[in-house]
Amino acid sequence: MTDQRLELEQLAEAGYEYGFTTDLDTDIAPPGLDEGTIRLISAKKNEPDWLLEWRLKALAAWQAMEEPDWAKLEIDPIDYQSISYWAAPKPKPQLESMDEVDPEIREMFDKLGIPLHEQKMLSNVAVDAIVDSVSVTTTFKETLAEAGVIFCSFSEAVNDHPDLVREHLGSVVPVRDNYFAALNSAVFSDGSFCYIPAGVRCPMELSTYFRINSQNTGQFERTLIVAEEGSHVSYLEGCTAPMRDENQLHAAVVELVAKDRAEIKYSTVQNWYPGDENGVGGIYNFVTKRGRAHTDAKISWTQVETGSAITWKYPSVILQGDRSVGEFYSVALSSKRQQADTGTKMVHIGADTTSTIISKGISAGRGQNTYRGLVKTMRSAENARNYTQCDSLLLGKDCGANTIPYIEVKNPTAQVEHEASTSTVGEDQLYYCRQRGMSEEDAMSMIVNGFCREVFDELPMEFAVEAQRLLSVSLEGSVG
Amino acid sequence: MLHVENLTASIGGTQILKGLDLAIGEGEVHAVMGPNGSGKSTLAHALAGREGYELSGRVTLDGADLLDLEPEERAAAGLFMGFQYPVEIPGVNNMYFLRTALNSVRKARGDDEISARDFLGLAREALELVEMKQDFLNRAVNAGFSGGEKKRNEILQMAIMQPRLAVLDETDSGLDIDALRIIASGINSLRGPERSMIVITHYQRLLDYLKPDFVHVLVDGRIVESGDHTLATHLEDHGYADFVNHDLDDVPDRSLSGAAS
Repeated sequence: MTDQRLELEQLAEAGYEYGFTTDLDTDIAPPGLDEGTIRLISAKKNEPDWLLEWRLKALAAWQAMEEPDWAKLEIDPIDYQSISYWAAPKPKPQLESMDEVDPEIREMFDKLGIPLHEQKMLSNVAVDAIVDSVSVTTTFKETLAEAGVIFCSFSEAVNDHPDLVREHLGSVVPVRDNYFAALNSAVFSDGSFCYIPAGVRCPMELSTYFRINSQNTGQFERTLIVAEEGSHVSYLEGCTAPMRDENQLHAAVVELVAKDRAEIKYSTVQNWYPGDENGVGGIYNFVTKRGRAHTDAKISWTQVETGSAITWKYPSVILQGDRSVGEFYSVALSSKRQQADTGTKMVHIGADTTSTIISKGISAGRGQNTYRGLVKTMRSAENARNYTQCDSLLLGKDCGANTIPYIEVKNPTAQVEHEASTSTVGEDQLYYCRQRGMSEEDAMSMIVNGFCREVFDELPMEFAVEAQRLLSVSLEGSVG
Repeated sequence: MLHVENLTASIGGTQILKGLDLAIGEGEVHAVMGPNGSGKSTLAHALAGREGYELSGRVTLDGADLLDLEPEERAAAGLFMGFQYPVEIPGVNNMYFLRTALNSVRKARGDDEISARDFLGLAREALELVEMKQDFLNRAVNAGFSGGEKKRNEILQMAIMQPRLAVLDETDSGLDIDALRIIASGINSLRGPERSMIVITHYQRLLDYLKPDFVHVLVDGRIVESGDHTLATHLEDHGYADFVNHDLDDVPDRSLSGAAS
């Protein structure tokens, strides 16, 4: 029996296949964060004064704030002055076209399985590729422009669509929202911007691919999606990083604005380097994601979190308009020494608003997985409804799972349901599958994928396959 | 095709099988009966390769040393076990499970994967066998199945896996009369000259349908009596009293036509 337990634990340990580094000539700022750093970033990006002022205000706010310690995470103190806040691959002179992507960067993305050449792209997906702090390319721009969709790097949007950016930046996640959001607001370097005009159904999936490459840098990107009335967009982000012995900081902010009757589906496959079995290295992932849903609008977050040493992330929906809908579907895997404190906030303001939360936490190795979720119905939220289901799966005896729901109901007509379960992959399940001829690894992967089924069903088709594969790889071990 | 010699099995220091011998020929159906705790399920799990038992003795299936093999290797060698308590696997589509299972053993034997079309054909036939509708395949493996549905699913899996040797552990327990008839006729139609079966049961009823070639009585970890299907009738009438709490020498003489003891 003990052997079986051991094998289960080994199954959960896996190699990280994206741990390579690419030798890029990089423009990197010296470590440290003060007003000078902000001015440097802003100058590097030729930003307008209003944005510089916005950043400086954020820096002042951040400096006055305390790092939060309420999460169930054990983190070594972060020295914010030892991090470099600006790193960008230096563009190489190109003969044929200035728009061409640096071949080394292209090779890096090929290795990751993300082709940046449009003719090579099989699936109907437009990609914005971001290395360290800077967007290196965005595909299918013209095709999207024909539909009136703007999809570009954040920097370009600041230049080309300043009014749109200025109107919506910080409108969902204010500068002072939390410690990491304030930090991001001060130092964010780039990110993606996306605008869907009224009544338009975005003709393809939009995707941002984040890659941390440089050493001793943090990555601070910002994503802003504005869906005008009656529009529809599906968006996916993916992330990887090299294997390094030090912890690297990633503090992103994502803001979604869904106007009346608009629908935004935001999917994440997060596979930052998780660190090794002893907890050395790995990304510290502190992310603020929030959407505001206006009347009859719908915002749906789907996340598959398998990477990062630390995950601190609560994609949320403010259900502002009547009959607006918020959804959160999450799979979070913590193996090795990974710690995840993740969940969502659903804030019901409008009448007849509904939210659904399906969270699947998988703990393996010495991983710690905490679901933390808030469901809040304001006095104005007549007939608000929430359904929450939190399932935890434990693989092995040295891991842990916690479920911490917060429920605040201020309107007596609200209906809030919460269900939680904790289970283990039973030896009898593995035996049953093996008796039918499957290897232990295949059986484990099948059972865990089955556990996550309800969430994978929410992912766009091509990414559902990717997510299943990723989960299988993350669970692969030394058995057999 | 199956030879079991002096098989012992212990769990946590307690010996359950105490030197069991059994020989099964091509296409034969053997019933194993016995009182609770006599070691029937242990025999099934020892053959299928469940972990946690200390085993000794020798078991060969078509000449291959079964005890040296992992459970999945035994499956590839043609062993199928029908579980007394089929396991639920939430979220895993029954059809996907079956196809993965079949392809796993095909791969292990060096065969190509079965095409989606051929598999569907196979699955349809299997469904008819256990009188289930197509949606049976689209549900999660055994999750929320009734007791009868779970057992039918085991027979459906057997029909798809086409094993050399099927070990059916109390496949008839907890079934109503109609389900028992369906299961029994399913098993009967899967009989053939190249498929042998060990049917573990408490009841005469299933054996009335199956008419096994041999019936064995397992008491306290050993086979104490073997005979043809009339032995089962005797047990139904008299219980196991004749065999329990007696040394083997004390088994009274009984007239059993065709008994192989």
